[in-house]
Parts: sequence; C-alpha cells; structure tokens
Amino acid sequence: MTAQHSNHTHSARDPRCLEVFARLSEYLDGELDETDCRLIEEHIEGCEPCVEFLRSLRRSIEASHHYAAKVEPGRIPPELEERLKQAWQAALARRRSA
Amino acid sequence: MEWARRLLAGDASAFTPFVESIQHRVFQYTWLMCGQREDAEEVAQETLLKVFENFDQLQDPERVRAWVFRIAKNFCLMKRRRSVFAPERELSLDELLPGTEDMPRSTQLEDRGELPDERLLRAELGQQLERALRELPETYRSVVLLRDVEGLSTAETAEILDLSIDAVKQRLHRGRLALRKSLARYLGGNGEGKQP
Repeated sequence: MTAQHSNHTHSARDPRCLEVFARLSEYLDGELDETDCRLIEEHIEGCEPCVEFLRSLRRSIEASHHYAAKVEPGRIPPELEERLKQAWQAALARRRSA
Repeated sequence: MEWARRLLAGDASAFTPFVESIQHRVFQYTWLMCGQREDAEEVAQETLLKVFENFDQLQDPERVRAWVFRIAKNFCLMKRRRSVFAPERELSLDELLPGTEDMPRSTQLEDRGELPDERLLRAELGQQLERALRELPETYRSVVLLRDVEGLSTAETAEILDLSIDAVKQRLHRGRLALRKSLARYLGGNGEGKQP
C-alpha cells in the first residue's frame, strides 16, 4: 500500500481508497501490524471522504455491539426446566464418576 | 463464565441465572438466524437441553459461550434444512462500495427544511439495524452476529462456524460493509461514503 494521498479526489474506484476500504475491519479490530496501521492512517489523514466512510462504518459496528432484540424469549415451561435440571444432575454424576 | 464454573462445581443456585443468561443470548441469535419466533424459541430450547445433556463435556468454563453457540448454530442449520431452502448469495466488495444511496438521512431532513435530530437518528438506527441484520445473507449474518453482537473472538467464531480465521475476517468485513451500506442513511454525519 502506498502512503501517497495529498488530498486526492475521492472516488469509490480510486485504487488507494480501495486498498484502505478492503482492510478497514482489520484496522478497526486492531488486527493489523504497526506498519499497515500507519499506512492506513496516513492515507485517511488526507482523504476526508475516507474519514467519513470510516466514521460511518465504526458507528454501524457500534450499533451492532449495542443491539438488543425487542422480542424477549418466552418463559421456559416448567416441564422443560425439570428436564434441564435432571440432565445437569446426570452430567455432573458422569463427570464425578469419570 | 462464572455461572458455568459454579454449575460444574454442583452449585444449584447458579442454575436459574445460567439458564436465563444463556436462553436470552441464544434466543437473540436464533431470532435473527431463524426469522420466526416459534423457530427461534424451539431452537433456543433445544440448545439449552443439549447443553445440559452434555454439560460433563464442558472442559473449560471460560469457553462456555463458544461451546453453546456452536450447539445453537448446529440446531439453526438443522432447522434451515427442514424449512424452505433459500439459496445463499455472496456479497462482492464491488457492490459494497459507497454510492449515492448513502446520502445520510440528516441531509434528507435538511432538504425538507427540518433540523437533523441526533436522538431521532439513533432511534431510527436501532429500529433499522434489526431489519438490516435480517437482510444480510446468512453466510455473513452468522459471522456478524457472533463477532459484533455477541462479542466473540475471531478464533471462537471460526471454531463455531467451522471456518478458517481468514474466512471469518473476510465475511465479517463484507457483512459489516453491507450493514453500513444498508444503514448509511441513519448513521448521521455529513455525506458519509458519498461520492463527490
């Protein structure tokens, strides 16, 4: 990846942007080494549309982190709860005898 | 997980909190993977039963979440096989590039002479997220759910889904990009991803 950018005109097809575009998840997840991180940051620094794109991607990911289904599971039927307890006790017994 | 550790030690007081916690997390996953409430409930309950039937096989309580989700994933797959077959679609990076549909909703509101409201955007984002997650092809949805919604690691997700680390990373990235594209109007900011 080249670090040259100097406020280039952004286009979704710009190869410099495409290289960054392909690695943004790894960048946000801290999975890139220092050199690759620096190259991405150097590119982004001069590319305002990429900054905006990164910001929206980060916000979208954060929304997923906070997702909570509006539908709650129903209460576990008493007969199932009893089966779960029996299965747990049987598993514990097997574990002790192993 | 602390409840799992206590259950393995035979502590009955950990039973209910463990069940409630697992049921809630698994239901959220099955709800978005199965699509129907009845299916999601059934799969979550089948998962719970399988978890307890095999509880003696849980070697490391720290890995209980990955273990539970692997069981849930298998039940989801079986449920899918029993239901109508829906062909999977692969997302190409090309179709996830930023485009004009990315115009943020705040800009649309401004166009109508209304002030953008950050709280309104946040509420709308929450509402639209579930729809966007459901619309993701299953291949990507399962990875995004495990990594970003459930917070499991790349390695745990790979193990649950029988994928390589690289495949998880690739699917996660494409899934995230698809979500971003789908939600772009609700993400606020100024012209995110918009081409000049």
